[in-house]
Amino acid sequence: MDKLYDLIIVGAGPAGITASVYAARKRMALKVLTEDIGGQTVWSGDIENYTGYQFISGVDLAGKFEEHIKQYSIEVGEEEPVVAIKKKGTKIHTFTDKGEYVSKTLIVASGKRSKELNVPGEKEFRQRGLAYCATCDGPLFSDKDVAVIGGGNSALESAIQLSRIAKTVHIINIAPKLTGDAIMVEKLEKDPKVSIMNESRVTAVKGDKFVSGIDIESSGESQVLRVQGVFVEIGLSPNTKFESEIELNDLGEIKVNNRNETNIPGVFASGDVTDVPEKQIIIAAGEGAKAALSAFNYISRAVEWS
Amino acid sequence: MKNVKVYSTPTCPYCIKVKRFLEESGVEYEEKDVASDKDAADEAVKKSGQMGVPVIDIEGEIIVGFDKDAITSALGL
Repeated sequence: MDKLYDLIIVGAGPAGITASVYAARKRMALKVLTEDIGGQTVWSGDIENYTGYQFISGVDLAGKFEEHIKQYSIEVGEEEPVVAIKKKGTKIHTFTDKGEYVSKTLIVASGKRSKELNVPGEKEFRQRGLAYCATCDGPLFSDKDVAVIGGGNSALESAIQLSRIAKTVHIINIAPKLTGDAIMVEKLEKDPKVSIMNESRVTAVKGDKFVSGIDIESSGESQVLRVQGVFVEIGLSPNTKFESEIELNDLGEIKVNNRNETNIPGVFASGDVTDVPEKQIIIAAGEGAKAALSAFNYISRAVEWS
Repeated sequence: MKNVKVYSTPTCPYCIKVKRFLEESGVEYEEKDVASDKDAADEAVKKSGQMGVPVIDIEGEIIVGFDKDAITSALGL
Protein backbone atom coordinates (compact mmCIF):
# COMPACT_ATOMS: atom_id res chain seq x y z
CA MET A 1 0.00 0.00 0.00
CA ASP A 2 2.93 2.38 -0.63
CA LYS A 3 1.72 3.33 -4.07
CA LEU A 4 0.82 6.99 -4.62
CA TYR A 5 -2.29 7.02 -6.80
CA ASP A 6 -3.32 10.03 -8.83
CA LEU A 7 -6.94 9.43 -7.93
CA ILE A 8 -9.11 7.28 -5.69
CA ILE A 9 -12.80 7.09 -6.50
CA VAL A 10 -15.24 6.06 -3.79
CA GLY A 11 -18.29 4.52 -5.39
CA ALA A 12 -19.03 2.83 -8.71
CA GLY A 13 -22.51 3.96 -9.63
CA PRO A 14 -23.07 6.18 -12.69
CA ALA A 15 -20.99 9.03 -11.20
CA GLY A 16 -18.09 6.86 -10.05
CA ILE A 17 -17.96 4.80 -13.23
CA THR A 18 -18.09 7.84 -15.54
CA ALA A 19 -15.35 9.50 -13.47
CA SER A 20 -13.27 6.29 -13.79
CA VAL A 21 -13.64 6.19 -17.56
CA TYR A 22 -12.56 9.83 -17.87
CA ALA A 23 -9.64 9.34 -15.47
CA ALA A 24 -8.53 6.14 -17.21
CA ARG A 25 -8.52 7.90 -20.57
CA LYS A 26 -6.32 10.62 -19.05
CA ARG A 27 -3.99 7.80 -17.95
CA MET A 28 -4.38 8.62 -14.28
CA ALA A 29 -3.12 6.02 -11.77
CA LEU A 30 -6.47 5.12 -10.39
CA LYS A 31 -8.29 2.89 -7.91
CA VAL A 32 -12.03 2.54 -7.41
CA LEU A 33 -13.47 1.41 -4.08
CA THR A 34 -17.06 0.26 -4.10
CA GLU A 35 -19.60 -1.71 -2.12
CA ASP A 36 -21.41 -2.71 -5.30
CA ILE A 37 -20.82 -1.88 -8.96
CA GLY A 38 -23.79 -0.15 -10.54
CA GLY A 39 -24.96 1.59 -7.38
CA GLN A 40 -28.59 2.66 -7.23
CA THR A 41 -29.07 2.16 -10.99
CA VAL A 42 -29.64 -1.56 -10.51
CA TRP A 43 -32.62 -0.89 -8.25
CA SER A 44 -34.42 1.14 -10.93
CA GLY A 45 -37.11 -0.68 -12.82
CA ASP A 46 -37.68 0.92 -16.19
CA ILE A 47 -35.52 3.84 -17.31
CA GLU A 48 -36.84 6.00 -20.11
CA ASN A 49 -34.86 9.20 -19.64
CA TYR A 50 -31.22 8.18 -20.02
CA THR A 51 -30.46 9.84 -23.37
CA GLY A 52 -29.69 7.31 -26.04
CA TYR A 53 -31.82 4.60 -24.46
CA GLN A 54 -35.51 5.14 -25.00
CA PHE A 55 -36.25 2.22 -22.74
CA ILE A 56 -33.83 0.17 -20.66
CA SER A 57 -34.04 -1.68 -17.35
CA GLY A 58 -31.90 -0.59 -14.43
CA VAL A 59 -30.11 -3.90 -14.37
CA ASP A 60 -29.27 -3.66 -18.09
CA LEU A 61 -28.06 -0.06 -17.87
CA ALA A 62 -25.88 -0.90 -14.88
CA GLY A 63 -24.57 -3.81 -16.96
CA LYS A 64 -23.63 -1.37 -19.73
CA PHE A 65 -21.78 0.84 -17.23
CA GLU A 66 -19.91 -2.18 -15.93
CA GLU A 67 -18.95 -3.28 -19.45
CA HIS A 68 -17.64 0.20 -20.12
CA ILE A 69 -15.43 0.36 -17.05
CA LYS A 70 -14.06 -3.11 -17.84
CA GLN A 71 -12.75 -1.80 -21.18
CA TYR A 72 -9.96 -0.15 -19.21
CA SER A 73 -7.72 -1.98 -16.77
CA ILE A 74 -8.84 -0.20 -13.65
CA GLU A 75 -8.17 -1.49 -10.15
CA VAL A 76 -11.56 -1.99 -8.55
CA GLY A 77 -11.84 -2.95 -4.90
CA GLU A 78 -15.30 -4.49 -4.58
CA GLU A 79 -17.06 -4.99 -1.26
CA GLU A 80 -14.51 -2.61 0.22
CA PRO A 81 -16.39 0.09 2.14
CA VAL A 82 -14.50 3.25 3.04
CA VAL A 83 -14.36 4.02 6.76
CA ALA A 84 -12.31 7.22 6.77
CA ILE A 85 -10.81 9.89 4.52
CA LYS A 86 -8.02 12.10 5.86
CA LYS A 87 -5.84 14.76 4.28
CA LYS A 88 -2.25 14.74 5.48
CA GLY A 89 -0.10 17.47 3.96
CA THR A 90 -0.67 17.40 0.21
CA LYS A 91 -1.92 13.83 0.09
CA ILE A 92 -5.20 12.10 0.82
CA HIS A 93 -5.37 8.91 2.84
CA THR A 94 -8.36 6.63 2.35
CA PHE A 95 -9.00 3.90 4.90
CA THR A 96 -11.12 0.82 4.22
CA ASP A 97 -11.60 -2.34 6.24
CA LYS A 98 -8.83 -3.91 4.12
CA GLY A 99 -6.17 -1.21 4.21
CA GLU A 100 -5.03 2.31 3.45
CA TYR A 101 -4.57 4.03 0.07
CA VAL A 102 -2.70 7.26 -0.60
CA SER A 103 -3.53 9.56 -3.48
CA LYS A 104 -3.15 13.09 -4.82
CA THR A 105 -6.89 13.48 -5.36
CA LEU A 106 -10.12 11.78 -4.37
CA ILE A 107 -13.68 11.76 -5.69
CA VAL A 108 -16.51 10.76 -3.40
CA ALA A 109 -19.31 9.28 -5.51
CA SER A 110 -20.89 7.04 -2.91
CA GLY A 111 -24.52 7.82 -3.69
CA LYS A 112 -27.46 7.24 -1.38
CA ARG A 113 -29.26 4.39 0.34
CA SER A 114 -32.88 3.77 1.35
CA LYS A 115 -34.18 5.56 4.41
CA GLU A 116 -35.69 3.40 7.11
CA LEU A 117 -39.07 3.98 8.73
CA ASN A 118 -37.67 3.57 12.24
CA VAL A 119 -40.83 1.95 13.59
CA PRO A 120 -41.23 -1.17 15.71
CA GLY A 121 -41.19 -4.33 13.64
CA GLU A 122 -39.19 -2.87 10.78
CA LYS A 123 -35.93 -4.62 11.61
CA GLU A 124 -37.60 -7.85 12.69
CA PHE A 125 -39.60 -8.24 9.51
CA ARG A 126 -36.90 -7.22 7.08
CA GLN A 127 -36.90 -9.93 4.39
CA ARG A 128 -39.90 -11.50 6.11
CA GLY A 129 -42.41 -9.44 4.23
CA LEU A 130 -40.75 -6.04 4.56
CA ALA A 131 -38.49 -4.91 1.72
CA TYR A 132 -36.91 -1.82 0.18
CA CYS A 133 -36.83 -2.90 -3.43
CA ALA A 134 -39.97 -3.79 -5.35
CA THR A 135 -37.89 -4.54 -8.45
CA CYS A 136 -36.11 -7.36 -6.63
CA ASP A 137 -38.64 -8.82 -4.24
CA GLY A 138 -41.96 -7.85 -5.81
CA PRO A 139 -42.50 -11.17 -7.60
CA LEU A 140 -42.61 -13.06 -4.30
CA PHE A 141 -45.81 -11.24 -3.42
CA SER A 142 -47.95 -12.45 -6.28
CA ASP A 143 -51.66 -12.47 -5.37
CA LYS A 144 -50.92 -10.95 -1.97
CA ASP A 145 -52.02 -7.70 -0.36
CA VAL A 146 -49.14 -5.25 -0.12
CA ALA A 147 -48.48 -1.75 1.16
CA VAL A 148 -46.09 0.78 -0.34
CA ILE A 149 -44.93 3.40 2.11
CA GLY A 150 -44.09 6.75 0.48
CA GLY A 151 -45.44 9.23 -2.03
CA GLY A 152 -42.56 10.20 -4.32
CA ASN A 153 -41.36 8.70 -7.60
CA SER A 154 -39.73 5.64 -6.04
CA ALA A 155 -42.92 4.78 -4.18
CA LEU A 156 -45.07 5.29 -7.27
CA GLU A 157 -42.77 3.23 -9.50
CA SER A 158 -42.87 0.43 -6.93
CA ALA A 159 -46.65 0.67 -6.68
CA ILE A 160 -46.99 0.41 -10.45
CA GLN A 161 -44.71 -2.63 -10.58
CA LEU A 162 -46.56 -4.28 -7.72
CA SER A 163 -49.98 -3.55 -9.20
CA ARG A 164 -49.07 -6.00 -11.98
CA ILE A 165 -48.27 -8.76 -9.50
CA ALA A 166 -50.08 -8.31 -6.18
CA LYS A 167 -53.76 -8.72 -5.31
CA THR A 168 -54.11 -5.22 -3.85
CA VAL A 169 -51.68 -2.32 -3.40
CA HIS A 170 -52.13 0.25 -0.64
CA ILE A 171 -50.07 3.42 -0.87
CA ILE A 172 -49.46 4.97 2.54
CA ASN A 173 -48.25 8.54 2.10
CA ILE A 174 -47.43 10.93 4.93
CA ALA A 175 -47.94 14.11 2.83
CA PRO A 176 -51.30 15.66 1.86
CA LYS A 177 -50.89 14.35 -1.66
CA LEU A 178 -48.61 12.17 -3.80
CA THR A 179 -45.52 14.09 -4.90
CA GLY A 180 -44.34 11.88 -7.76
CA ASP A 181 -44.75 12.53 -11.49
CA ALA A 182 -48.30 13.26 -12.57
CA ILE A 183 -48.23 10.56 -15.22
CA MET A 184 -47.72 7.88 -12.54
CA VAL A 185 -50.22 9.40 -10.12
CA GLU A 186 -52.89 9.31 -12.82
CA LYS A 187 -52.14 5.69 -13.65
CA LEU A 188 -52.43 4.62 -10.02
CA GLU A 189 -55.58 6.62 -9.33
CA LYS A 190 -57.28 4.78 -12.19
CA ASP A 191 -56.23 1.31 -11.03
CA PRO A 192 -58.97 -0.52 -9.10
CA LYS A 193 -56.36 -2.65 -7.32
CA VAL A 194 -54.69 0.42 -5.84
CA SER A 195 -55.83 2.44 -2.84
CA ILE A 196 -54.13 5.68 -1.82
CA MET A 197 -54.04 6.89 1.79
CA ASN A 198 -52.60 10.38 2.12
CA GLU A 199 -51.71 12.09 5.41
CA SER A 200 -51.10 8.66 6.91
CA ARG A 201 -48.15 7.28 8.85
CA VAL A 202 -47.12 3.74 9.60
CA THR A 203 -46.52 3.34 13.32
CA ALA A 204 -45.69 -0.36 13.48
CA VAL A 205 -45.18 -3.48 11.39
CA LYS A 206 -46.82 -6.57 12.82
CA GLY A 207 -46.91 -10.28 12.18
CA ASP A 208 -45.85 -13.68 13.32
CA LYS A 209 -43.26 -15.47 11.20
CA PHE A 210 -43.98 -13.08 8.33
CA VAL A 211 -45.69 -9.71 8.07
CA SER A 212 -49.44 -9.84 8.55
CA GLY A 213 -50.29 -6.16 8.91
CA ILE A 214 -49.31 -2.59 9.67
CA ASP A 215 -50.62 -0.05 12.16
CA ILE A 216 -51.51 3.24 10.50
CA GLU A 217 -52.33 6.62 12.00
CA SER A 218 -54.45 8.90 9.84
CA SER A 219 -55.87 12.26 10.99
CA GLY A 220 -55.63 11.18 14.61
CA GLU A 221 -57.31 7.82 14.03
CA SER A 222 -55.55 4.46 14.20
CA GLN A 223 -56.28 1.47 12.07
CA VAL A 224 -54.75 -1.86 11.19
CA LEU A 225 -54.25 -2.74 7.56
CA ARG A 226 -53.91 -6.44 6.77
CA VAL A 227 -51.05 -6.89 4.31
CA GLN A 228 -48.45 -9.58 3.67
CA GLY A 229 -45.91 -7.25 2.09
CA VAL A 230 -44.54 -3.83 3.03
CA PHE A 231 -42.31 -1.88 0.65
CA VAL A 232 -40.54 1.08 2.22
CA GLU A 233 -39.88 3.87 -0.30
CA ILE A 234 -39.69 6.99 1.83
CA GLY A 235 -36.58 8.54 0.43
CA LEU A 236 -32.83 8.19 0.46
CA SER A 237 -29.96 9.25 2.73
CA PRO A 238 -26.48 10.12 1.48
CA ASN A 239 -23.71 7.58 2.11
CA THR A 240 -21.44 9.84 4.12
CA LYS A 241 -20.93 7.67 7.18
CA PHE A 242 -17.14 7.56 6.78
CA GLU A 243 -15.06 9.72 9.07
CA SER A 244 -13.81 12.90 7.39
CA GLU A 245 -13.65 16.69 7.51
CA ILE A 246 -15.68 17.06 4.31
CA GLU A 247 -18.37 19.69 4.71
CA LEU A 248 -21.96 18.49 4.49
CA ASN A 249 -25.26 20.34 4.24
CA ASP A 250 -28.31 19.86 6.53
CA LEU A 251 -29.34 16.75 4.62
CA GLY A 252 -25.93 15.12 5.07
CA GLU A 253 -25.02 15.71 1.41
CA ILE A 254 -21.52 16.80 0.38
CA LYS A 255 -21.36 20.48 -0.57
CA VAL A 256 -19.71 21.04 -3.96
CA ASN A 257 -19.18 24.01 -6.26
CA ASN A 258 -19.65 23.89 -10.02
CA ARG A 259 -16.20 22.29 -10.40
CA ASN A 260 -17.22 19.51 -7.99
CA GLU A 261 -14.70 20.81 -5.42
CA THR A 262 -15.43 20.20 -1.75
CA ASN A 263 -14.04 22.26 1.13
CA ILE A 264 -10.87 20.14 1.05
CA PRO A 265 -8.43 20.89 -1.78
CA GLY A 266 -7.90 17.72 -3.83
CA VAL A 267 -11.15 16.17 -2.64
CA PHE A 268 -14.04 16.25 -5.10
CA ALA A 269 -17.51 14.75 -5.05
CA SER A 270 -20.17 13.90 -7.59
CA GLY A 271 -23.64 12.45 -7.97
CA ASP A 272 -26.43 11.79 -5.52
CA VAL A 273 -24.13 12.05 -2.50
CA THR A 274 -23.65 15.77 -3.24
CA ASP A 275 -25.98 18.73 -2.98
CA VAL A 276 -26.56 18.73 -6.76
CA PRO A 277 -30.22 19.85 -6.90
CA GLU A 278 -31.56 16.95 -8.96
CA LYS A 279 -30.76 13.28 -8.47
CA GLN A 280 -30.86 11.44 -11.78
CA ILE A 281 -28.64 8.81 -13.38
CA ILE A 282 -27.73 11.04 -16.29
CA ILE A 283 -26.91 13.95 -13.98
CA ALA A 284 -24.72 11.72 -11.83
CA ALA A 285 -22.86 10.55 -14.93
CA GLY A 286 -22.24 14.16 -16.02
CA GLU A 287 -21.13 15.14 -12.53
CA GLY A 288 -18.69 12.21 -12.46
CA ALA A 289 -17.09 13.39 -15.71
CA LYS A 290 -16.74 16.95 -14.36
CA ALA A 291 -15.19 15.72 -11.13
CA ALA A 292 -12.62 13.58 -12.95
CA LEU A 293 -11.60 16.51 -15.16
CA SER A 294 -11.34 18.79 -12.13
CA ALA A 295 -9.13 16.24 -10.38
CA PHE A 296 -6.95 15.96 -13.48
CA ASN A 297 -6.59 19.74 -13.75
CA TYR A 298 -5.79 20.00 -10.05
CA ILE A 299 -2.88 17.57 -10.44
CA SER A 300 -1.61 19.33 -13.59
CA ARG A 301 -1.52 22.66 -11.78
CA ALA A 302 0.34 21.39 -8.70
CA VAL A 303 4.05 22.10 -8.50
CA GLU A 304 5.40 19.10 -6.67
CA TRP A 305 4.19 15.95 -4.96
CA SER A 306 6.84 14.94 -2.45
CA MET B 1 -20.54 -32.10 -8.81
CA LYS B 2 -22.92 -30.63 -6.23
CA ASN B 3 -26.61 -30.12 -6.94
CA VAL B 4 -27.28 -26.37 -7.01
CA LYS B 5 -30.63 -24.60 -7.28
CA VAL B 6 -30.93 -20.84 -7.60
CA TYR B 7 -34.30 -19.26 -6.82
CA SER B 8 -34.40 -15.89 -8.51
CA THR B 9 -36.41 -13.28 -10.38
CA PRO B 10 -35.41 -11.87 -13.77
CA THR B 11 -34.94 -8.31 -12.49
CA CYS B 12 -33.12 -8.85 -9.23
CA PRO B 13 -29.53 -7.55 -9.48
CA TYR B 14 -28.06 -9.87 -6.85
CA CYS B 15 -29.65 -12.86 -8.57
CA ILE B 16 -27.76 -11.93 -11.71
CA LYS B 17 -24.52 -11.62 -9.73
CA VAL B 18 -25.01 -15.08 -8.22
CA LYS B 19 -25.70 -16.70 -11.59
CA ARG B 20 -22.73 -14.96 -13.16
CA PHE B 21 -20.48 -16.04 -10.31
CA LEU B 22 -21.59 -19.67 -10.65
CA GLU B 23 -21.08 -19.58 -14.42
CA GLU B 24 -17.62 -18.04 -14.07
CA SER B 25 -16.73 -20.75 -11.54
CA GLY B 26 -17.90 -23.45 -13.96
CA VAL B 27 -20.70 -24.59 -11.65
CA GLU B 28 -23.91 -25.97 -13.16
CA TYR B 29 -27.14 -24.89 -11.48
CA GLU B 30 -30.89 -25.22 -11.89
CA GLU B 31 -32.63 -21.88 -12.23
CA LYS B 32 -36.04 -21.48 -10.60
CA ASP B 33 -37.87 -18.32 -11.59
CA VAL B 34 -40.07 -17.40 -8.64
CA ALA B 35 -41.73 -14.65 -10.66
CA SER B 36 -43.41 -17.06 -13.06
CA ASP B 37 -43.47 -20.24 -10.97
CA LYS B 38 -45.58 -19.97 -7.82
CA ASP B 39 -44.46 -23.37 -6.52
CA ALA B 40 -40.86 -22.26 -6.82
CA ALA B 41 -41.74 -19.08 -4.91
CA ASP B 42 -43.32 -21.08 -2.07
CA GLU B 43 -40.34 -23.44 -2.06
CA ALA B 44 -37.88 -20.55 -1.79
CA VAL B 45 -39.76 -19.00 1.13
CA LYS B 46 -40.12 -22.35 2.92
CA LYS B 47 -36.46 -23.34 2.51
CA SER B 48 -35.04 -20.00 3.57
CA GLY B 49 -37.62 -18.85 6.14
CA GLN B 50 -37.71 -15.44 4.55
CA MET B 51 -39.08 -13.59 1.56
CA GLY B 52 -36.14 -12.40 -0.47
CA VAL B 53 -34.13 -13.50 -3.46
CA PRO B 54 -31.74 -14.90 -4.41
CA VAL B 55 -32.01 -18.12 -2.45
CA ILE B 56 -29.32 -20.65 -3.26
CA ASP B 57 -29.76 -24.30 -2.35
CA ILE B 58 -26.49 -26.21 -2.47
CA GLU B 59 -27.50 -29.78 -1.67
CA GLY B 60 -29.66 -28.68 1.23
CA GLU B 61 -27.41 -25.87 2.44
CA ILE B 62 -29.44 -22.68 2.07
CA ILE B 63 -27.78 -19.35 1.39
CA VAL B 64 -29.71 -16.10 1.06
CA GLY B 65 -28.30 -13.26 -1.01
CA PHE B 66 -25.06 -12.98 -2.92
CA ASP B 67 -22.80 -14.18 -0.10
CA LYS B 68 -19.70 -15.05 -2.11
CA ASP B 69 -17.79 -16.55 0.84
CA ALA B 70 -20.66 -18.80 1.94
CA ILE B 71 -21.33 -19.95 -1.61
CA THR B 72 -17.64 -20.67 -2.27
CA SER B 73 -17.30 -22.67 0.92
CA ALA B 74 -20.56 -24.60 0.40
CA LEU B 75 -19.40 -25.57 -3.08
CA GLY B 76 -16.00 -26.60 -1.76
CA LEU B 77 -14.28 -24.35 -4.32
